[in-house]
Amino acid sequence: MKSAKLLFAALALAASGLASAQTQSLLNVSYDVAREFYKDVNAAFVPFYKKTTGKDVKIEQSHAGSSAQARAVADGLDADVVTMNTTTDIDFLADKGVVAKDWQKRFPHNAAPTTSTMLFLVRNGNPKGIKDWDDLVKPGVQVVVVNPKTGGNGRYAYLAAWGYVKKKGGTDAQAAEFVGKLYKNVPVLARGGRDATSAFLQRNTGDVLITFESEVESVNQEFGANKVDVVYPSISIVAENPVAVVERTVAKKGTADLAKAYLNFLYSDEGQEIAAKHYIRPTSEAVLKKYPKFKQIKLFTVQELFGSLAEAQKVHFNDGGQFDKIYTVK
Amino acid sequence: MSGALSAPLPGTAAAPSSSRGGSRKVLPGFNLTLGYTLLYLGLIVLIPLSALVLKTFTLSWDQFWAAVSSPRVLASYRLTFGASFIAACVNVVFGLLVAWVLVRYSFPGKRIVDALVDLPFALPTAVAGISLTALLAGNGWIGQYLEPLGIKLAFNPNGVVIALIFIGLPFVVRTVQPVLEESEKELEEAAMCLGATRLQTFTKVILPSIMPALLTGFAMAFARAIGEYGSVIFIAGNMPMVSEITPLIIIGKLEQYDYAGATAVATVMLMFSFVLLLVINALQAWQRKRSGGIK
Repeated sequence: MKSAKLLFAALALAASGLASAQTQSLLNVSYDVAREFYKDVNAAFVPFYKKTTGKDVKIEQSHAGSSAQARAVADGLDADVVTMNTTTDIDFLADKGVVAKDWQKRFPHNAAPTTSTMLFLVRNGNPKGIKDWDDLVKPGVQVVVVNPKTGGNGRYAYLAAWGYVKKKGGTDAQAAEFVGKLYKNVPVLARGGRDATSAFLQRNTGDVLITFESEVESVNQEFGANKVDVVYPSISIVAENPVAVVERTVAKKGTADLAKAYLNFLYSDEGQEIAAKHYIRPTSEAVLKKYPKFKQIKLFTVQELFGSLAEAQKVHFNDGGQFDKIYTVK
Repeated sequence: MSGALSAPLPGTAAAPSSSRGGSRKVLPGFNLTLGYTLLYLGLIVLIPLSALVLKTFTLSWDQFWAAVSSPRVLASYRLTFGASFIAACVNVVFGLLVAWVLVRYSFPGKRIVDALVDLPFALPTAVAGISLTALLAGNGWIGQYLEPLGIKLAFNPNGVVIALIFIGLPFVVRTVQPVLEESEKELEEAAMCLGATRLQTFTKVILPSIMPALLTGFAMAFARAIGEYGSVIFIAGNMPMVSEITPLIIIGKLEQYDYAGATAVATVMLMFSFVLLLVINALQAWQRKRSGGIK
């Protein structure tokens, strides 16, 4: 009898001990190529959170194609925060009522702590002498790019080319002609960003790869520093990397404060420095200035020329849109 | 589940002796097994498929038609079904050869070769796609010699066909092999004795007996190829109107959050495959009837 009581007490003690030691966990659902970036962010955030609140946290990451991830979250994957590479993906989650309708107002800079832009990678020494968008439509130049139907990377590349003509004072018709010519020079439409990179570097396909600035770092790491040259076109597009709290999950798990702290950390100097190291453009002017590798070129936003990504999607990428016309009208 | 299966078994021991005269079935428990079969098929096959069809019903007829008949989608049907058909035909010829050699001859390392046949079953198809691309691309082991000759095997429809041949091979070999093993040598010997040439023996004696198995293998390789995604996507080049397979169109629609459009195209593929399988089944039945006694 006595021993049973003792045992019970011991168990209760153990249980309470477990409860206090139980750490909160947070799941960050993100896009493919942000894996290394968030690994560094998490390593910095855990001690930061411990210092400011005294609590231990565990951060888990999940990475795949951006819209595939958004679909998974909409279908019930318990993400606390989503960090994507196109606003379309988070808008989709807002439509489903999973994140707040006004998510873009919840954090500074349209809820995008970092941005990137589209640039060109060419083979070492730039044998075809590619300097700007005009060089991509020349006969004999092969351009590797992502299919805008299947990847955010591809949508930005397409919009950047379109915007280049518009920013130089061209009409929509001229832009359509230019983009049409450019895609005639495409030998392989890759399915996603990494697919494009491996077609260009591993398979030696094409002369130019249009991709995110942030991909340069991983290319250098993966294939060695001297395989490619980076070419900045005169004009390019701002690609926002938006973030949002998944209200559905944090309400259930009680992780709202943690999720907010995590996303705010991305805006801190420490978070912005980590981004800069990964070739992702920080929104903090001060941090941006510290890194001369981010060349200052003329940048335009999607809002400026296309209204929003959702509208660009309708006009250009949905079935029967501008992109389909390039391939169906001979 | 095991209960449902084992319950009728005790009765089976007595069945053979009594089944001879009366109308009693050899295996009892028909109601139970039929119920089980329908339930299981319903859970695993019919419910997911009907969910697919139901999702397409959220579209109006015009929207459905627009989704499944745009020029890009039509081009992808041509490629998917055309390449699958070619690949299945190639597999019938060379799969038969492989099965023939494996059944009729013995040679050192035969068991390894036999095991190799199953590799396309076991391999994640994306791995197959990447390795094939590495081989056949312009700088690949094989591609670097073929490209100067003007033969491009990667990043165009040729690549699609090659990937589909790769994943379809085991289906033909594994359906034909057991039938060849069972076919009686005496029949061939009899044909020889009656003065048939080798070709006549093959076309008149052997081929009819393995025809149903060949057709089955063809059907399975074909059906598998139509749905294939992983291996093709890396080698196809994915150019709209040229080398874009239908499963990629479906993924593309999903990436645009066009669920209904994606399921509409999927439903069309499902219908095509279903009709094709029915046709092949009918062919098989006809074949069996024609070749009568042999099997």
